[in-house]
Amino acid sequence: MKRFNPGKLILGLTCLLIAIWLVAPTLVVIPMSFAEKKSLAFPPTGFSLQWYQNFFTNPQWFDSLIVSAKVAAMVAVVATVIGTMAAIGIERLKGRTGGLIRAVLITPMIVPGVVLAVGIYAVYLDAQLVGTWTGYVFAHTLLAIPFVVIAVGANLAVFDARLETAAASLGASRLTTFFSVTLPLILPGILSGALFAFVTSFDEVIVSLFITSPQLKTLPVQIFSSMTRDADPTVAAVGSLIFMATSVIIGLGLIFGTRRRGA
Amino acid sequence: MSILTDRAQRTALFLTVPALAVLLLVMAIPLGVIVLRSFIEPEPGIANYVWFFDTKVNVTVLLRTFSIAFWVTLCCVIAAYPYAFAMSVAGPRLRLVLIMCVLVPFWVSGVVRTLAWVILLQDSGVINRILLSLGFEKVRLIRTQLGVTIGMTQILLPFMIMPLYSVMRGIDLRLLQAARSLGAHPVKTFFQIYLPLSLPGVFAGATIVFILALGFYITPLLLGGPQSTMLSTLIQQQVLSLLNWGRGGAMGVILLVATFGILGIASPFMKRKYQMSGGSR
Repeated sequence: MKRFNPGKLILGLTCLLIAIWLVAPTLVVIPMSFAEKKSLAFPPTGFSLQWYQNFFTNPQWFDSLIVSAKVAAMVAVVATVIGTMAAIGIERLKGRTGGLIRAVLITPMIVPGVVLAVGIYAVYLDAQLVGTWTGYVFAHTLLAIPFVVIAVGANLAVFDARLETAAASLGASRLTTFFSVTLPLILPGILSGALFAFVTSFDEVIVSLFITSPQLKTLPVQIFSSMTRDADPTVAAVGSLIFMATSVIIGLGLIFGTRRRGA
Repeated sequence: MSILTDRAQRTALFLTVPALAVLLLVMAIPLGVIVLRSFIEPEPGIANYVWFFDTKVNVTVLLRTFSIAFWVTLCCVIAAYPYAFAMSVAGPRLRLVLIMCVLVPFWVSGVVRTLAWVILLQDSGVINRILLSLGFEKVRLIRTQLGVTIGMTQILLPFMIMPLYSVMRGIDLRLLQAARSLGAHPVKTFFQIYLPLSLPGVFAGATIVFILALGFYITPLLLGGPQSTMLSTLIQQQVLSLLNWGRGGAMGVILLVATFGILGIASPFMKRKYQMSGGSR
């Protein structure tokens, strides 16, 4: 069956072009981050590590990284606990109630960012939550819940509920059943939900732009304000660092994921 | 027994309460405030909405927002269709590579991806340099509607590819073989069998891309200029620069209604009409 197929060739070339178009713009920032001059002209000339140095030594940049990491860590914990509880509840609810609650919990993904941001800003002004840790964590938790509900829900859908019944019939209490049977089985879903929640918060920019303060700024807000101010390759350095960090995490995930499946 | 299930049902409902509480506090109440303020500030009535549709600039921006969203969606469908098809027929290794290419853009934050497009689209940028070297004239891309459309299409493409792929993966390719063996021309086979079966995926992806595009804020702001302002930017200006919560709120409500209106209209088309059963691939 190995004969020349023009249709296949055209399809292959088209996909190659689309793949390049998807990936290349992401990689552009990497050479940019080693630029010698303070400009965003591409391809950059020379080589220097000054933008990386600037990122780690300039408090404006480094503090915002710490703020983002802390907020994202808190969001990952809060959203994962709340979202997992909700996903379990939805799975157990009978009739249309479960589906309805699920649909409601996913709406934060659909509401236009600026409209939500303006609304949250209005409420936060009254509640004095603008530029506070609580403010960030609440807003980002809202945006992260849909991802946790989807990830854990997908895992629960293939989970055999009879295992819980079996554990209960053998005399395990509800809590024992949950922690020794249910939790280990849905752990992959919970972990990927937590990862999504972390990334959602770490990446969030629109709502953060409205509820930010000069004292407490997240990294995306800092990136955004730097981009609107001048052409600073530090942004490219940040982008490259995030890209490398994510690659390492996903690489590890792939290695461990496949190893567990093999075992 | 029924008491037991009732109790179990109550517990299940109780488990969803924290998530619903966050939704109420950080989404429902804020959106409610926006709706309310659009009707009562500066005085009760529909004056803000009358103002919106009476002002030419606003209507222009509203129509432009829809037009950009439309073009972005169309470009996404055209690019995603062959790609998702290749994903659904590829072997496991190639499929993994193709999926990776879709996911890589998510590895860096959205703002950084927009920065990449600023670098590529600027007047002395890569795209213009390629155009010049091929003997074409320089095209103004940054701060134009074309530039915004190009950037948004790349950012939104994964949202089109994934639903399309999940539908295409379920299509039984033996149906195509059957049609071919019965003498149908390949083109006819595609239009009469494959395309209708894949349409729910097209609708699902197109709806997601369209409503996400309607609310885009960062990309049009950084890649666009005054001639490519979208509704989100206008809302931000009313609220943060002009401190006019009534008018900004009215714009927000219009964008919200458009988003959920389109979702409501499109959702029946996303259901799979022909359930594939039996054919295990």
